[in-house]
Amino acid sequence: MSHALPEAEPGARPAKAALSEGKKAERRLGLLLCAPAVLVMAAVAGWPIIYSLWLSLQRYDLKFPDKQEFVGLDNYVTVLSSPYWWNAMWITIVITVVSVAIELVLGMALALIMHRTLVGRGIVRTSTLIPYGIVTVVAAFSWRYAWTPNTGYLAETIAGGEPVLTQKVPAVLAVILAEIWKTTPFMALLLMAGLALVPDDLLKAAAVDGASAWQRFTRVMVPVMKPAILVALLFRTLDAFRIFDNLFVLTGGSQGTSSVSMITYNNLIKGLNLGIGSTMSVLIFIAVAIIAFIFIKLFGTAAPGTDRGGRR
Amino acid sequence: MAGIGGAETPARKARWAVLNTLVVAYALFPVLWIVSLSFKTKETLADGNFIPRAWTLDNYAAIFSTTEFVRALVNSIGIAVIATVIAVVFGTMAAYAIARLDFPGKRVLVGVSLLVSMFPQISLISPLFEIERTLGLFDTWPGLILPYITFALPLAIYTLSAFFREIPWELEKAAKMDGATPGQAFRRVIAPLAAPGVFTTAILVFIFCWNDFLFAISLTSTERSRTVPVALSFFTGSSQFEDPTGSIAAAAVVITIPIVVFVLFFQRRIVAGLTSGAVKG
Repeated sequence: MSHALPEAEPGARPAKAALSEGKKAERRLGLLLCAPAVLVMAAVAGWPIIYSLWLSLQRYDLKFPDKQEFVGLDNYVTVLSSPYWWNAMWITIVITVVSVAIELVLGMALALIMHRTLVGRGIVRTSTLIPYGIVTVVAAFSWRYAWTPNTGYLAETIAGGEPVLTQKVPAVLAVILAEIWKTTPFMALLLMAGLALVPDDLLKAAAVDGASAWQRFTRVMVPVMKPAILVALLFRTLDAFRIFDNLFVLTGGSQGTSSVSMITYNNLIKGLNLGIGSTMSVLIFIAVAIIAFIFIKLFGTAAPGTDRGGRR
Repeated sequence: MAGIGGAETPARKARWAVLNTLVVAYALFPVLWIVSLSFKTKETLADGNFIPRAWTLDNYAAIFSTTEFVRALVNSIGIAVIATVIAVVFGTMAAYAIARLDFPGKRVLVGVSLLVSMFPQISLISPLFEIERTLGLFDTWPGLILPYITFALPLAIYTLSAFFREIPWELEKAAKMDGATPGQAFRRVIAPLAAPGVFTTAILVFIFCWNDFLFAISLTSTERSRTVPVALSFFTGSSQFEDPTGSIAAAAVVITIPIVVFVLFFQRRIVAGLTSGAVKG
């Protein structure tokens, strides 16, 4: 804001005693305004997660609905001793770690380009928003056809006519590539917001003191941008961990390329096994909580939940 | 904005132009590929050429003549629009409260909505599948609209409260001092200031709903409520010997059009919306 009104307006801050009535009204209004959002989130996210805990303790297969019974932790034993589950977990972790790491580097480069380019800034920003906005399934089909022998340009040029998507390692790489393409722009935008916080004067001063471009980047930019980097990493890690759309279209989870979301979906919707499906749901939820916890513990309170807002 | 320690020489400009071209090519080539596929004739579909050798509109004509696609398109638009409107209204109310009012449980609300935004959606599929079957919501519009609102709300609350914090609310008071009624102050002063943020949020929320695949494939089973991304994955071609590639490509292009329109016209807003929520939290 270019203009600030004088801080102490007469009458704007009444005496403490008079405040309480207004304060109460403010509280009521605040709670009232939040109520619909809270109710929806509680009903559609809160209650189901509790319900799925309950379901995960049942033997409950919709193909044999009569045999529903309470089995304690049996489902957890079944899932946690299943090699399919652990394979899916590893695939998910590999996809998450590799794609987020590459995205961080590419996203940083892209952010620098978008932030500093001398020409065509609008065109660059507009076109990078396309991967962010495009329907994941659409992009995934584009990649799938690109890798299909005969049909696709990538299959013929890069893969030499090999069927990439039907072999485990190449298929996972293709999925990672699709994931990187789609989400690097989002990473870059978050990082760009961090870049905007780096004061130009500081960079100029560093340059005058003889710091090289690399030193300016690592010693000046990165420390200032740290909160933005952490937020971007956290968001993308959790997002990559739930990978589903790309895998569904590209490999369908064949050749052991299922992610945890994929394997849960298969048990649930295809297998109609609510007990096992819910158990997997709960385990994924726990895994995500652990990731978030590690991020917040390791990197301090830079997470966006530590809101300093509401004070104005 | 000049770079550090350098003037805008033609050489620097040329270097940037090359870099920018690379970025644009990176962003667009998978999109252009699916566009190209959608215009290929049946005979040239499998020739592997990036640019069609023979052009046709047959694929588009074909998908628009099937109820499978048209119905899915109607579902997609209807569900996304309704979910967006509700999420933005609820989100605006909550964000206003968070940005402007002091009340107990505010931090909890912010924390909870952050939690929901990080939530693995798959974790909700099993309970929602069961709950919606019991309530008769399975394979209906509300059955999808509800989870969309839920997952769009954190996004809406974050983006909007960041926007609302930037609004010079003192102007409202000033307008009232100048003799405006509260209604006038809201209409003439606050609403125009808040509208861009609300609009931007609506775009982001719409993109989110438009994009969803997991809920749509899990909580629907027929044409009644299947959205386009799901219908796409079920396209099989009109006979089992027909390759659906052309139809899938054409349908994919159709649902990409709104995204392209948003991006072209509202690039600045989308960038501002995505970044404001994340950094200022």
